[in-house]
Amino acid sequence: MSVWGSYRLRLARKRLRFRAFRKRRELTAIANRAERIRRGDLLLFSTLRNERIRLPYFLQYYREMGIQHFLIVDNGSDDGSREYLEAQPDVSLWLARASYKRARFGVDWLNWLQWRYAHGHWCLTVDPDEFFVYPFCDTRPLRALTDWLDVCAIHSFGAMLLDMYPKGPLEAQPYREGQDPIEIACWFDSGNYMIARNPQYGNLWIQGGPRARVFFPDAPAQAPALNKIPLVKWHRHYAYASSTHMLLPRSLNRTYDEWGGEKASGCLLHAKFLHMFAAKAGEELDRRQHYGASKEYLAYDAGLKRSGPQASLDLWCAWSEKYINWRQLEILGLMSKGNWA
Amino acid sequence: MSLGFIMLCHTAFDRAAQVARHWAGQGCPVVIHVDRRVGAAAYARFAERLADLDNVKFGPRFACEWGTWGIVAATQAAAELMLASFPQVRHVYLASGSCLPLRPVAELKHYLEARPTTDFIESVTTEDVIWTVGGLNEERFTLRFPFSWKKQRRLFDRYVKLQRRVGFRRRIPAGLVPHLGSQWWCLTRQTLSAILADPRRAEFDRYFRRVWIPDESYFQTMARRYSRAIESRSLTLSKFDFQGKPHIFYDDHLQLLRRSDCFVARKIWPQADKLYRNFLAVDGGAMAQAEPNPGKIDRLFAKAVERRTRGRPGLYMQSRFPRENWENGRTAAPYSVFEGFAELFENFDGWLGKAIGSRVHGHLFAPDRVAFAGGERQFNGALPDSAALRDYNPRAFLTNLIWNARGERQCFQFGPQDNQALGWFMALDPNAQISVVTGAWAVPLFRANLDFAEIRKTAAQLQKIEAGHLEILRSPWLKARVRIWTLAEFVGAPMEHLQAIVDEASPRSLRRLTEAPKMVDLTGFGRFLQNLKNQGMQPHLVGDFPVGEDPQLSPAQRGKPYLVK
Repeated sequence: MSVWGSYRLRLARKRLRFRAFRKRRELTAIANRAERIRRGDLLLFSTLRNERIRLPYFLQYYREMGIQHFLIVDNGSDDGSREYLEAQPDVSLWLARASYKRARFGVDWLNWLQWRYAHGHWCLTVDPDEFFVYPFCDTRPLRALTDWLDVCAIHSFGAMLLDMYPKGPLEAQPYREGQDPIEIACWFDSGNYMIARNPQYGNLWIQGGPRARVFFPDAPAQAPALNKIPLVKWHRHYAYASSTHMLLPRSLNRTYDEWGGEKASGCLLHAKFLHMFAAKAGEELDRRQHYGASKEYLAYDAGLKRSGPQASLDLWCAWSEKYINWRQLEILGLMSKGNWA
Repeated sequence: MSLGFIMLCHTAFDRAAQVARHWAGQGCPVVIHVDRRVGAAAYARFAERLADLDNVKFGPRFACEWGTWGIVAATQAAAELMLASFPQVRHVYLASGSCLPLRPVAELKHYLEARPTTDFIESVTTEDVIWTVGGLNEERFTLRFPFSWKKQRRLFDRYVKLQRRVGFRRRIPAGLVPHLGSQWWCLTRQTLSAILADPRRAEFDRYFRRVWIPDESYFQTMARRYSRAIESRSLTLSKFDFQGKPHIFYDDHLQLLRRSDCFVARKIWPQADKLYRNFLAVDGGAMAQAEPNPGKIDRLFAKAVERRTRGRPGLYMQSRFPRENWENGRTAAPYSVFEGFAELFENFDGWLGKAIGSRVHGHLFAPDRVAFAGGERQFNGALPDSAALRDYNPRAFLTNLIWNARGERQCFQFGPQDNQALGWFMALDPNAQISVVTGAWAVPLFRANLDFAEIRKTAAQLQKIEAGHLEILRSPWLKARVRIWTLAEFVGAPMEHLQAIVDEASPRSLRRLTEAPKMVDLTGFGRFLQNLKNQGMQPHLVGDFPVGEDPQLSPAQRGKPYLVK
């Protein structure tokens, strides 16, 4: 990359940080327990809106993994999410009533909180419907992974978004609060992902999976991006550029090997497709606060309508793979142990 | 007769204390060195925890930056202290704070008692070393390294380069033959004291102070001067990855470590509770006599390094996205591409599927949709049949297809009417077996119910595309296995050619083809070609079809299956 090019990226990063700095005023602390964060704690950052039913399992999953503090921005929930989170001893909660879209889909808010609280910490940035899976996650806590990354002087860890879905219509198996959503949405597409390199930021751009297969078979360019870099050893000069898909400085986006080898990587199991999905898609469509003029939700809506008057959506196909564990994902080539053994 | 441990610690003091207590409690004196860069409070707490043990001593402290002399100085001082304070010690074992004994100390003592004069130290001449970081082995001894490899990498590399260019060489002191090896050794009192009391020690120390990573060479070289019996291996199980960083052991390695029969392992993750609980439990069970056998662990870590450096061929994923020509296998498995066959034979897919015993696709790159075998909507891995998705990233489509169907050979039809984006990709792929009957696109045109002007236009287009494709297949960079016939040639002796192709596609079932595919009726084809010529279009890729004469060569035209005896 030319000197001019890297200078422009530097400016872009400063701009992102300036945005985050400006947007800090949109955040109101509801329960700021950040003084409890100790040196080296593992932090989790998230933005959410009306996810009450998912929260108990979400918090449980990540507590068991070893997350020590949650920093969450609530974008105006009215379903009790806020009250629930406020009562959790390891959650710091901020309220943002402003536009999700104009905060670049929550990224500005989280960049600010990370700037403020995450410096020197490993931090995981996920949505409440994303469940991080990494090599050996059934026998080693997250701390083992971050310690290993520290030893290897690696500062960021990639985890592709893997869309999970149930077999049969979404409404057929209602999700209960506290339940593991992967019990219901336990199917995924194992081998239809398309990868391209983003020359400017140096990250990979991955598309495909059931959403591309069912909602965007005729408009692949609009299919959602699945590449994510959710785990980063944060430095206050870092900034997420677009959701958690890419960061600046761009060396953090190099979570892949270009010379034939495999770097270690994980997956984010994306349990978006549960019975709440239809209602949520409708609501988000009305709010028009999502990426790319809510194209994704429009396509879902069309997909829902296409598949029948009863608005039942079935993403399952005969070649869908049933989720077992991370080893299965590694054998299928969706993630890799790299040289971690 | 006893065994003493030197422990070099810089972090995770709780664990180090636990291990020191374990050894000391079983009658092994321990001398501990703590990195000088550790704060006074942490050091005091650590010393406090072991204050009740009189056979644990703390040596003078040195700052131990990686790859520098400090580690050797620390070891020397600790060894002197050990030899002076514990006269009964015969073997001295150098360990680190993140080491963990895997077998009872009694077994190790017994093992060493049976070999009272043997020094266990990995010691390899510089010519035979392959594992060194940065490719420096002999040069470690002949260049100067004033810059930190970890913090000033660029300066380090440039300075090395500069010295190479000007031909700078340090003189190696007479009497030293440089050897390298694992830092973790177990030496006898005789050898160790001889090294420490060497009359030229000041000279050697001065020399090694400027050698790069002296902890992997000082004792390894010096032991060669004095040892009576060197067993060139380390008793400590310690594996390194491709960047020279030690692999770490976790709870899930418990069984593997137990079966390795090694005495000590490094490095252990400090929070591997299960490992520490299991291996530090003192049991007076039967004494095992087994030799250390780390073969299984060696294989595990060798595989990990290979995965990191070579990866799985043909896999493109989030953390493996090789640049072109660095794929180490563009695709995951061999596959066959058939061009022109489906046009020439009726139900060619079905026939071929039967002949080689697997599914055969139609035109996967057809413009309207992906023609998977059996007209399926999806294929392995939920690969959809949408042409738009395929054309969005054709390379991903093909590599996914081959990867998803590992274990089953993929065969598909291809032709000039299909998406041509992958022409070069396949031509440069050693896994591709491409068989082409050129000019076969004329057959469907011949049978089509179209205006002749349109036929002529389409024929010209297809021929142009195919000519381009053939040019790729004849390139000097070709890696695929390619067979090309003109239509006229092929029709002359179809079974011979088919046999060769089928043998290659299913190498395991070398059987003669018994049933010929049914060729389409070519009566009048020669006339048709002449008409094209008369319209000013030259179908040269079809080959030499005699004008007005129908090909009488293929017995398939008799409408009966052709039997080869």
